[in-house]
Amino acid sequence: MSTVPISVTVDGQRYESDVEPRQLLVHHLRDGLGRVGTPIGCDTSNCGACTVLLDGKSVKSCAVLAVQTDGRSVTTVQGLANGTWHPVQQAFHAEHGLQCGYCTPGMMLAAVDLLTENPNPTEAEIRDGLEGNLCRCTGYQNIVKAVQAAAVAMQAEGAAR
Amino acid sequence: MTETLESSKLVGQPLKRKEDARLVTGETNWTDNIQLPGMLYMAILRSPMAHAKIDRIDTSRAAQMPGVVAVYTGADLAGLGIPCVWPVTDDMVGPTFPVLAADEVRFAGDAVAAVVADSRYRASDALEGIEVDYSPLPAVIDMTAALADGADLVHSDKGTNKCYYWEFTGGDYAAAKAKAEAEGGRVFHRQYIQQRLIPNAMEPRAVVCAPMAATGEITLWSSTQIPHVVRVLLALVTGIPEQKIRVIAPDVGGGFGSKLDLYREEVIAAVVAGKLGRPVKWTESRSEGYQATIHGRDQIQDIEVACTADGTLLGLKVDLVANMGAYLQIITPGIPLLGAFMYNSIYKFEALHFGCTGVFTTTTPTDAYRGAGRPEATYAIERLMDDLAAELGVDPLELRAKNWIKHEEFPFTTIAGLEYDSGNYEAATAKATELLDYSGLRAEQARRRESGDPVQLGIGVSTFTEMCGLAPSRILSALKYVAGGWESSTVRVLPTGKVEVVTGTSPHGQGHVTAWSQIAADALGVPFEDIEVIYGDTKMSPHGMDTYGSRSLVVGGIAVLHAAERVVEKARRIAAHQLECDPADLDFEGGVFKVRGTPGAEKAIQAVAFEAFTAHDLPEGVEPTLTADSTLDPNQFSYPHGTHLCAVEVDTETGAVVIRKYVAVDDIGNVVNPMIVEGQVHGGIAQGIAQALYEEAVYDADGNLVTGTMVDYLVPSAADLPHFTTDRTVTPATTNELGVKGVGEAGTIASTPAVVNAVVDALRHLGVHDMRMPCSPQTVWRTIQTAAGASSNSNGAQS
Ligand code: FES
Ligand code: FES
Repeated sequence: MSTVPISVTVDGQRYESDVEPRQLLVHHLRDGLGRVGTPIGCDTSNCGACTVLLDGKSVKSCAVLAVQTDGRSVTTVQGLANGTWHPVQQAFHAEHGLQCGYCTPGMMLAAVDLLTENPNPTEAEIRDGLEGNLCRCTGYQNIVKAVQAAAVAMQAEGAAR
Repeated sequence: MTETLESSKLVGQPLKRKEDARLVTGETNWTDNIQLPGMLYMAILRSPMAHAKIDRIDTSRAAQMPGVVAVYTGADLAGLGIPCVWPVTDDMVGPTFPVLAADEVRFAGDAVAAVVADSRYRASDALEGIEVDYSPLPAVIDMTAALADGADLVHSDKGTNKCYYWEFTGGDYAAAKAKAEAEGGRVFHRQYIQQRLIPNAMEPRAVVCAPMAATGEITLWSSTQIPHVVRVLLALVTGIPEQKIRVIAPDVGGGFGSKLDLYREEVIAAVVAGKLGRPVKWTESRSEGYQATIHGRDQIQDIEVACTADGTLLGLKVDLVANMGAYLQIITPGIPLLGAFMYNSIYKFEALHFGCTGVFTTTTPTDAYRGAGRPEATYAIERLMDDLAAELGVDPLELRAKNWIKHEEFPFTTIAGLEYDSGNYEAATAKATELLDYSGLRAEQARRRESGDPVQLGIGVSTFTEMCGLAPSRILSALKYVAGGWESSTVRVLPTGKVEVVTGTSPHGQGHVTAWSQIAADALGVPFEDIEVIYGDTKMSPHGMDTYGSRSLVVGGIAVLHAAERVVEKARRIAAHQLECDPADLDFEGGVFKVRGTPGAEKAIQAVAFEAFTAHDLPEGVEPTLTADSTLDPNQFSYPHGTHLCAVEVDTETGAVVIRKYVAVDDIGNVVNPMIVEGQVHGGIAQGIAQALYEEAVYDADGNLVTGTMVDYLVPSAADLPHFTTDRTVTPATTNELGVKGVGEAGTIASTPAVVNAVVDALRHLGVHDMRMPCSPQTVWRTIQTAAGASSNSNGAQS
């Protein structure tokens, strides 16, 4: 099968690659670039485990073709920390928002997007906002708490800036 | 060693998890992440039919496709199969379960061929190049029909679809029933349906096998809960010598019982990698997993109680029909029997009769799913208690309190022969009713009923206990389970004073690294941060029975404690020798041995560790290095209990159910880490609610899995679940030094009946007495309509 050259910035680094047109972004990240922090949980774009930020907006990387990301910028869980952990990462740890951790990368990136859109969400808004991300371990309660805590931390951070 | 326990500081603290740092930064090691030089990818061709003869398989075209290295069929891997290690009766029918079907496929998704290629995509492309001619055979889906005379057979050579009949008796049920009838009491019967569930651990299964031709060794990474058991079984199945097999469970993204198995793909990967001399990886897609990974539940439960006129329980009779699926996975037949001793639950009965018929159908095999047998039992008895209370016209809590084991009656030997060591059902229930505002909600319920509010309120009760912490090897043997229930640990204080705790448990989200560190830090008096926990690799942690059945803390965690205590005892002898005193004259506090009455004469355990390393000056008979082992085989199960209460609002016009409040008061004795415990309870409740309201694996009459993808099978999201109010009462276990009980499954066991009881309670005045799970809006609406039709018909007949 013929390949297409693409250039994608992933977690701040530029990668030039040749990919099959059918290759999913998540497979490109994992198998092509070795960025294996982003896991795969389904084959129907239901679970959200593979969620990344594409130019700052959350997308399911199993629902995007690698070729569609040519010239664009992808942030995965591995690029979320910037010297120190992102407030969402800190909050997931502090509020026990993860158990096995498999849903966690996607859940955190969906939460980052949610908080960008709505810096001060209610519990119901958080639950609705994370509807596309499934977790089988936590029952979501501590995930909700973590997002609430992250919202507070990010607002404080914003105010301090 | 009460002195170390009394000075304990970390056990009981909600310490943040050590596990999280890698998980929140993506530095994870899921099996599918593993890339090895020269690695090949495997894909499995699966049967599109539930039941068919394989007339011909032609792999020649696939073998020529780009990147394909090899194609295997059942004929190539003949003789390799999955063993069942729980032959529950002597005459159990145990069909051969080949790793690839050769002559006949017996469920949709049955494995037919394996392709190995140089990329993921090319391996799955090549599946389309395999031609299989099938002659359809009748699907066998309905359990009752499968047991009837002349039924179509799943395994025609066996002459029956019945796998086994197993029974258990305590007391004399016929006598209890006669007594109830003689005294003007009642005999009350119900049938409940446990629908089939798909476990849905978020990480799909994956296997990587790397062979080493020169030595005959293989290393197998697998997303499994049971690396140690997999190693033993792989050796038995493949003939590869056990000492040449290393099994590693790296980061594992949840299991819930679905990774408590030896799977065909593990065996195939091991054998094929060896044949090809190259590493092989297989990763399941979610939809593939829905067919290839075990399902849970799927039972028909007939339950009958005999009681006196005032509702005092006398006898209990349970008849189960349990769906095995098409084949037996490693413990498939034993799962329903894990519930056998739990139907009597927290109640006092004079007699119990339990019978279970295992039946084959042309469906994915069932096996352990969170709770494994106990959720089913708890559901049936707790649904029945609510129904019986309604029948008797008493409050469901009152009926329970009348019959449960009183706090002062512990330890209590139940009619099932189990000795419950501890419990306080009164305390947990009192706390739960207060947290729910039980009487306030009952008053509101009455108002809504009276006003004919289209949205009705229901309150569901679930007072549960369960047996967990598998555990006593001798009891497991009596149940014909082939393996033991012990757990092992090694604790090493390294020359620099840092500590390694080796555990035979195999965590996959439970937080053992943190909890075991807490236990060891207290026992050794060393900093939490100085402890590394080693697990999930048969080379580094050679002995273990792994993680399932809420056993890890009560067996494995206590083994860690024992090993650490033995380390302290060894250190004490070395310290006494060097401090020139009797070991008995040493106090051990905060990691320091102090000569009693001689201030300043002391030695820290880290310093002792260095002495044990240099071995320059050890007492007579003490060997170098500061390390000790423990292998613990408890003689009791663990019996957590609790009271869960659920209030739901049911829209009688749409059938929609909304959980208004969910209260869980669990009593798991003392806790090591309350934060982790709460998380376990939350997740457990969510899975139980999922069964009550959302999930069901559905087969059509032809044996197609209708809910074959995540689009059709409704795993609840955050938006589908409520906030849970959780609390605890503390009745310490008397069967282990920490007073702890298992918690991993309690929430799942308790919550399903709490929710369904609430739904039925909301609608009972409309003539609704039962509700088939999942209580979807359609089901609820239809059940209301049917009940209304029934009552208007009977009204019509009267007028
Ligand atoms: S893997 Fe992308 S949504 Fe499930
Ligand atoms: S933490 Fe395991 S799936 Fe969310």
